[in-house]
Amino acid sequence: MEGDAELQDLYREVLLDYFRSTTRKGKVEPADVRAHGINPVCGDEIEITVQREGGKFAKLRYAGHGCVISQASAAMMGEALEGRTETEVRALIKAFKSMMLENAPVSELPSDLEALSALEGVRRFPLRVKCATLAWNTILQGLDAAPAEEA
Amino acid sequence: MTLDARRLREDFPILARLVRGKPLAYLDNAATSQKPKSVIDALSSFYSTNNANVHRGVHTLSEESTNMAEAVRAKLAAFVGAPKPETLVFTRNATESLNLIAHAWGRKFLKKGDLVLSTEMEHHSNIVPWQLLAAERGVRVKYVPVLADGTLDLDACRALLAEGPKLFTFTAISNAIGTVNPVLELIRMGKAAGATVSVDVCQWAPHRPMDLRTWGADFASFSAHKMLGPTGVGVLWGREELLEAMDPFLGGGDMISRVTLERSTWNALPYKFEAGTPNYADQVAFGPALDYLSAAGLDAIREHEDRLAAKAKALLEERGVTVLGPSEPSKRSGVVSFNVPGLHPHDVGTIFDLEGVAVRVGHHCCQPLMHKLQCGGTARASFYLYNDDSDVEALRRALQRTLDFFKIGAKAGAR
Repeated sequence: MEGDAELQDLYREVLLDYFRSTTRKGKVEPADVRAHGINPVCGDEIEITVQREGGKFAKLRYAGHGCVISQASAAMMGEALEGRTETEVRALIKAFKSMMLENAPVSELPSDLEALSALEGVRRFPLRVKCATLAWNTILQGLDAAPAEEA
Repeated sequence: MTLDARRLREDFPILARLVRGKPLAYLDNAATSQKPKSVIDALSSFYSTNNANVHRGVHTLSEESTNMAEAVRAKLAAFVGAPKPETLVFTRNATESLNLIAHAWGRKFLKKGDLVLSTEMEHHSNIVPWQLLAAERGVRVKYVPVLADGTLDLDACRALLAEGPKLFTFTAISNAIGTVNPVLELIRMGKAAGATVSVDVCQWAPHRPMDLRTWGADFASFSAHKMLGPTGVGVLWGREELLEAMDPFLGGGDMISRVTLERSTWNALPYKFEAGTPNYADQVAFGPALDYLSAAGLDAIREHEDRLAAKAKALLEERGVTVLGPSEPSKRSGVVSFNVPGLHPHDVGTIFDLEGVAVRVGHHCCQPLMHKLQCGGTARASFYLYNDDSDVEALRRALQRTLDFFKIGAKAGAR
């Protein structure tokens, strides 16, 4: 269909794939980190649960409902954060948020976050940026509230 | 009388603009209406020629602006059938009107254990003030349930009214899904049960004639900006004896009769509830909005909207889209709230915007209702007098683009 360049830039194919993916949907119990986030604009809710193992994020799952952007972003976040230490996780969250909120060039994303460049197009839809950052802000709150893992 | 929407459109400058390169199809009237040139000009002209603070000076400008603002109160009284202009209190918005009831009436007349009856269909502004009062005063709040078709459960309503609520507060028309409630019946039921009855007429006053004198309610809340008027002007109508019996809402200038350092006495209605410099310029500009609605005719407006909304509902349903609310046309307003299966309203709203179609997406400040109807939110198209078939056609185009882009209707996972 003609004239869909803008849409295809926002909803890149890879986002739609992540949106439909069920790999990380659901919850892990018992959870070492648990966080609940709400996007007050649309009322979307997300619950993120994480199991740690050997000082790293072993499993991350997200539950709730949301738009293509928020769900795809949560799925990509899960993929990017599993296998990381908390220090690495915090650095990746920071890098992602500066891409979305401060317009940091996509080329500055750590190579581990390369897939997330698919969310670049969202920056041109300011009202949708909150959808993309919901999962990331939620996990950050969860980390701040959860006791750090014993060394 | 029928409406010539094509001609009316010329009176609304904003409708000529492009959005993302497409002609604007403004279908977010339940959130706020657009303004005719007469309203925009009235505001500008007032500031250019008449502006002075009201009820204060003896100079010419003060007298002019006072008279102009009060003339609109009188015009509004005729428009909504209020027995006296001074029973209409100007607030900032309908939310403030409802909060005024909670503070000035609720705090004086409700005590611990008293029951306030609201409904599951309400806007947050008719839920939260009562919850605040519950926390502060220990009043109890119950809600009339909503049925699956988006109407109120009237049997449950009767049972709840039998519990003897002190206040029954409900919306005349759902802003989120467009259900038209049996307002007069609900008022009768509430009064028969001995309750004070408050009606949120935000979605009624812009679209349907009303006569507060004969309705029999005690309070009615609405706002100018949804009825072609400026923002910043809300209205609370109250029965005179109730307003007289209530304590003031805010204290300060304009609302007093006499102030000493020990105590004060209150000004007469409606000023007792209008503390501080009021938004008189916008009140003045509300006048031409009422004139515009009167000239078009509320019956003609409603008929026009009903036709467009029914057409929109049909084309959505033909394409497998779920339309919320009752199926009976007589129970529906010009609001068409819908969900595309498998798609989030936000994604729908973004694609609609690219087609120049302005719809509201989300929970519409009605999270309890959305929860009851088991959806996180909806996309909502809402019609008004200046909408026409071209807007329905734009809605159809936007929907088709959405369905095509996300391959809805094609096999899931076929990508």
